[in-house]
Amino acid sequence: MKKQGKEHPGKKKRDAAFFATAGPVSAWMILFVLIPLIYIVAISFMRRSAYGGVKLGFTFENIFQIFDLSNLRVFGQSILMAGITTVACILIAYPFAYFVAKKGEIEKTIFMALVMVPFMISSLIRLFAWINLLRREGVINRFLMFLGVIDEPLQLVYNYVGSIIGMTYTLLPFMILPLYSSIEKLDKSLLEAGSDLGAKPVTAFMRITLPLTMPGIFAGTIMTFIPALGMFFVTDLMGGSKILVIGSLIRNEFITAKNWPLGAALSLFLIVITLLLVKLYQKNGGSMDDLGGA
Amino acid sequence: MESIVRIENVCKDYGENRVVRSLSMDIRKGEFLTMLGPSGCGKTTTLRMIAGFEQPTSGKIYIEDTEIHGKKPYQREVNTVFQNYALFPHMTIFDNVAFGLSIRKTPKEEIRKRVLEMLELVQLTGYENRKPDQLSGGQKQRVAIARALINRPKVLLLDEPLGALDLKLRKQMQFELKRLQKRLGITFVYVTHDQEEALTMSDRIAVLSKGILEQLDCPKNIYDHPASRFVADFIGESNLFYGTVQAKRGNEVVVMLETGTVTALSDDVRMGEIVDISVRPENLLMSPEPTPGFYCPGIIKEYVFVGNVQKVIIMLPSGKEVRVNQSAKIPELAVGTNVFLYWEKEDAVVISSPDNPIFHAVDNPVYSE
Repeated sequence: MKKQGKEHPGKKKRDAAFFATAGPVSAWMILFVLIPLIYIVAISFMRRSAYGGVKLGFTFENIFQIFDLSNLRVFGQSILMAGITTVACILIAYPFAYFVAKKGEIEKTIFMALVMVPFMISSLIRLFAWINLLRREGVINRFLMFLGVIDEPLQLVYNYVGSIIGMTYTLLPFMILPLYSSIEKLDKSLLEAGSDLGAKPVTAFMRITLPLTMPGIFAGTIMTFIPALGMFFVTDLMGGSKILVIGSLIRNEFITAKNWPLGAALSLFLIVITLLLVKLYQKNGGSMDDLGGA
Repeated sequence: MESIVRIENVCKDYGENRVVRSLSMDIRKGEFLTMLGPSGCGKTTTLRMIAGFEQPTSGKIYIEDTEIHGKKPYQREVNTVFQNYALFPHMTIFDNVAFGLSIRKTPKEEIRKRVLEMLELVQLTGYENRKPDQLSGGQKQRVAIARALINRPKVLLLDEPLGALDLKLRKQMQFELKRLQKRLGITFVYVTHDQEEALTMSDRIAVLSKGILEQLDCPKNIYDHPASRFVADFIGESNLFYGTVQAKRGNEVVVMLETGTVTALSDDVRMGEIVDISVRPENLLMSPEPTPGFYCPGIIKEYVFVGNVQKVIIMLPSGKEVRVNQSAKIPELAVGTNVFLYWEKEDAVVISSPDNPIFHAVDNPVYSE
């Protein structure tokens, strides 16, 4: 009893310190993340009212509607495009990250700054710049025709090609950063050991570098694949109006069709896919710090 | 004896900095050779040039009479045990040890047999399915050794492999390494800055300083007959006395020290040359009475007890200190007592030091560790 009494004031002090430090962040997270999330989950199971908004009640209707045939086609298309974008990002980012990681400290800083700097400009503006480069009378087509490689301008924008170029471009830094950090962390003496034991550079890469940078590839994949499912503004701008991703569906339900419950259900579906992928990543030994810290 | 590695006039520069200076040495087949020296003496660089991680700026390295310049590490029949072990963290112990064999497309059955044999040899049977981070430092070290030895290299290069282990484990691993080397008959080239380790394990020691090979000989000769002031200084403890050669009779030379003349044995000093006379603390004797012939006066400054011996620190008239090791059974004399130091002429080593600056002669005598 005596002991408990003694502990009490100390505990109070600790509580005060806890609220002072973690309190504001917790309040923020509860207000702007947790409550909206609960709201989304809740309205997923309600009915739409005639003019946007929701009617109280409980139904699985929206959940069934997620798997409507027309939606399934969009999911397929969206997943395919996200997949292609992710692979394109890996193929571009890995050699770049590998090259930069082998450079001296000053060069590393410069190269990584070059990756980060475009972030300071709105991605919409950067996408318009790309449209300018890619359109029928754009710089790329003119240059190729000037060289005589092609006779007719190529259709590089307002289609799948344009959408994938746009998404790859927008998401590339999210692939470069985790890859760079995992390649840079790689202990050089392991490659020396590999070479010492008879592994030629290609073998050493396949058996040492690649497996040890797999967490970076996983992290980069999560950070590009998931956003790619939702990047409707890129397909809106660069895919004409023909190409839909899961994000486009959600936007359409909320803004155009005013069907909030279905929009919420689709959002829930996307959240579940995300959680499953993150779970898979963790199961393969990925660290959550690599996702957030990049 | 047949040489397995021949190093000829090898120099290595890093920019302006020359870390290895025209090094030449022969490593004999089947020997345990240690490259010993303080950090920055070029020993690790030399090892890395044999392994192929670094290329000599000039000079040649031969392995079994084949010049290996420009050959990549994976083309050389030598293997390295790294200071930080460099085990592959994503592979099991089995796969780590099997790495070299699987690169060479050895049949699965043979790999399995040889890996298990190797693990038995380094006493790690039963650990094949663990990952490196589940092992202790000493165990990792043994895996690193097994991973290198399984390739049956012509030479095994070891870069301070015991540096990260605690003293007791280090002693045990020293013994095990020596046992392994004897049993397998593979040439070991071992790099360390620990002179005791070098003296215990090696067939021969190459002492390096500032990129120069100071002496290459068996441990006993290195200890008893240091070829340079640096070697006398670096290996064990030495009391160094400076003097001038005054007379020569056969292999007997008379050297004039500040405190008198002393006779010593040497074949290769010139008349008038400034030399160092090195006397180990256990060979330096002291007496309360002046001894007939040569003696050197001093005052007892301190006794330090270290188990079975006592170290006596004695101050000479010049203010320099020398150390005498004697049996702990000899009764202590009071601090401040005048004593007379002497030594048997067989126990003194004359070190020819042509590049000694002249001021060393007045720096007489000096103690150094």
